[in-house]
Amino acid sequence: MMSVLYALLFYVATALFIGGLFVKIRQYARTPAPLKIPTTPAPTTQSGVAYRMFREVALFESLFKSNKWIWILGYLFHVGLALVLLRHFRYFTDPVWWWVELVQPFGVYAGFAMVLGLLGLLGRRIVVERIRYISGPSDYLMLILIIMIGVSGLMMKFVNHTDIVMVKQFMLGLMVFDIRELPTDGPLLIHLALVAVLMIIFPISKLLHAPGVFFSPTRNQVDNPRERRHIAPWANELDK
Amino acid sequence: MAAYQAPPPEFRELPDVPNKLEPDATAHLSPFVAKPEHQTDIGFPGELVDNWEEKAIDKMGELLGKYRSFQVYMDSCVKCGSCTDKCHYFQGTSDPKNMPVARQDLLRSVYRRHFTFAGKYFPKLVGARDLTREVLDEWHSYFHQCSQCRRCSVFCPYGIDTAEVSMAAREIMDSVGHGQKYCNEILGKLQKVGNNLGLPGKALKATLAEFAEEIEDDTGLPVKIPLDVEGADILLITPSADFFAEPHIDGLMGYAKVFHEAGVSWTLSSYASEAANFSMFIGSYSNLKTVAERIRKAALDLGVKRIVVGECGHAWRVAYSFWNTTAGIGSGAAEDDEFAQALQKQLDHNYPIPQHICEFTYDLVQEGKLRFNKEENDWRTITFHDSCNVARGSRMGSWAGGQFDIPRAIIKAAANNFVEMDPATIKEVTYCCGGGGGLLTDDLMEIRVKGALPRMEALNEVVEEQGVTHLAAICAICKAQFAKILPIYKFPMDMITSTHQIVGDALVMTGSIQEKELDGTDDESDEETAGSEES
Repeated sequence: MMSVLYALLFYVATALFIGGLFVKIRQYARTPAPLKIPTTPAPTTQSGVAYRMFREVALFESLFKSNKWIWILGYLFHVGLALVLLRHFRYFTDPVWWWVELVQPFGVYAGFAMVLGLLGLLGRRIVVERIRYISGPSDYLMLILIIMIGVSGLMMKFVNHTDIVMVKQFMLGLMVFDIRELPTDGPLLIHLALVAVLMIIFPISKLLHAPGVFFSPTRNQVDNPRERRHIAPWANELDK
Repeated sequence: MAAYQAPPPEFRELPDVPNKLEPDATAHLSPFVAKPEHQTDIGFPGELVDNWEEKAIDKMGELLGKYRSFQVYMDSCVKCGSCTDKCHYFQGTSDPKNMPVARQDLLRSVYRRHFTFAGKYFPKLVGARDLTREVLDEWHSYFHQCSQCRRCSVFCPYGIDTAEVSMAAREIMDSVGHGQKYCNEILGKLQKVGNNLGLPGKALKATLAEFAEEIEDDTGLPVKIPLDVEGADILLITPSADFFAEPHIDGLMGYAKVFHEAGVSWTLSSYASEAANFSMFIGSYSNLKTVAERIRKAALDLGVKRIVVGECGHAWRVAYSFWNTTAGIGSGAAEDDEFAQALQKQLDHNYPIPQHICEFTYDLVQEGKLRFNKEENDWRTITFHDSCNVARGSRMGSWAGGQFDIPRAIIKAAANNFVEMDPATIKEVTYCCGGGGGLLTDDLMEIRVKGALPRMEALNEVVEEQGVTHLAAICAICKAQFAKILPIYKFPMDMITSTHQIVGDALVMTGSIQEKELDGTDDESDEETAGSEES
């Protein structure tokens, strides 16, 4: 019964996650940027822009310039999350890819780093007056949601072992539309339910910053307005 | 006229401590609303339309579809807090709604209510709210306490640019008949007469003749400031403040000296006697284009080969970043782009189009074509204020960051005593003068004074520690703002200097009185006739 429920939950969550993201990314891609607005100094070549975007996404360069505390905590969380996500590929692949095996030992500690970073960010949100002022209920709930996902995940690893082989069979089954049995441990059910919630709200929340950064004109435009005429289709009509 | 009489905020300890928030400290500051004729002159409804709430939401939807920046920035903010302490208006007022993210949220809350699932069904959860009269008034107040300087966007991990958001907000307000008097009135004048002042061609001609005479008295050379000369090589587009305000005029005379010394033929245009384009401040693409097309028309009518732009911050952003897009003034138009090609075929693409006057002077300095007597500037110790729109919205030269190097290089070529302000307040992270973005109006004096605080603090530091006497700028708004603000902060008003005034003061023109004095080729007693002997 529980297995069927979770199977359905994951099908729905995956559909909303992929469908929702597809709609938003298509919207971002199709909306023109009619004016050249890179925050300068900006790269004057396309490869320069790629490098700028890499630094922004992989190193959080702008945040680093701004505030070292937010940078450290945010970086801890995001890098931790990235390693944890990579580690989780082992539950969806058989045989497990070699580089997932490689990540495995780091992935476990990354879970702690992630939760630590999140707790720090939550602390800042509460303690720093400026950030408290701009925080709404959804901002706290989002942090709490991801913290709970992290903690429930760590509990399965370090406190209350789940039959992980069975979980993997369940996941592999889902991918071929075969609903297999899911263990019914509390931490696992909580973990999976919250992950599904996260997937569902991803395309309708501030988590859109993940695709959004790639479409940010201040960061992804080449600084060459004098050399090339840049014009959006709707603006082109005005020339006539 | 200036309503604000209270003393400026006290200087803080540098590096500054984060502010204690003072909610609604500047909620009372709101600029005059545009009168019906100001609105209708530039294509907006005269007064608040009947179903304005609905119209405003429609407009927001339209802008979301037209501007990727607006759409992405409405969605992407995670409230990390990175920008919260970066705005000069926040630093000067402690009003939390002057934190960039909070300013954006004034609009984002309405976006969420009408355009997002969460905002439609769980408004409280995500801070979504309906558009009410109170919200509109709050927009009018706080979106005119943003100078669109983009300092916050430097620090945002997603590059969210509050300037884009405040432009959208102003465009929405304009479209429902609730614009700002200062920007819209000026834009109307510009489109009717050709410049922000409403100075007609005849008066302009007389003024320019006076300046030329003054240069001749000073140098003994027949330096001209030509107007409407067909077939000139260079069209100079400069802010109209250069024709009437101090220290702007001295900058204009500096350009004239440089042009004369370079031996180029150049002209101003009475039809396009304005570099400023406040359309950017109000986010109006159609007005941006209309105004830029005046320059295109002047260039076509006069048959010029090059276009040079005088010292003006937002105008340089518009010229550098938007002229090619909106009016085809630039290079690299597609073969089948008839509109742009019509002009671009006429222009000389061996030079950047448009070219900043500092780039023009810099090239001459590099080529060794300008001779300076730096001692003429020895009585000055100069520091340089990077204008926000030049620093973060444009470039000079062919390399990223040329906009920082080139003005400094020409100041250093012309003067011996140059010092920098605190690195946290210049170049990429420079502070706005406090009067940009359509705020340079007496009805916003209080926010102008308070917003100038970070710049004044950095200036005070170099005045006290390094004896700085002059603040050089390359922006008409910065110059006008500082001329007003410096005395309030107990600095001399004439500290503020045009960069090309420094250039002009040290320039030793060929055949000038200065050259003869310096080289001693002429009897000193002959000084008075030195000019005429040249020919």
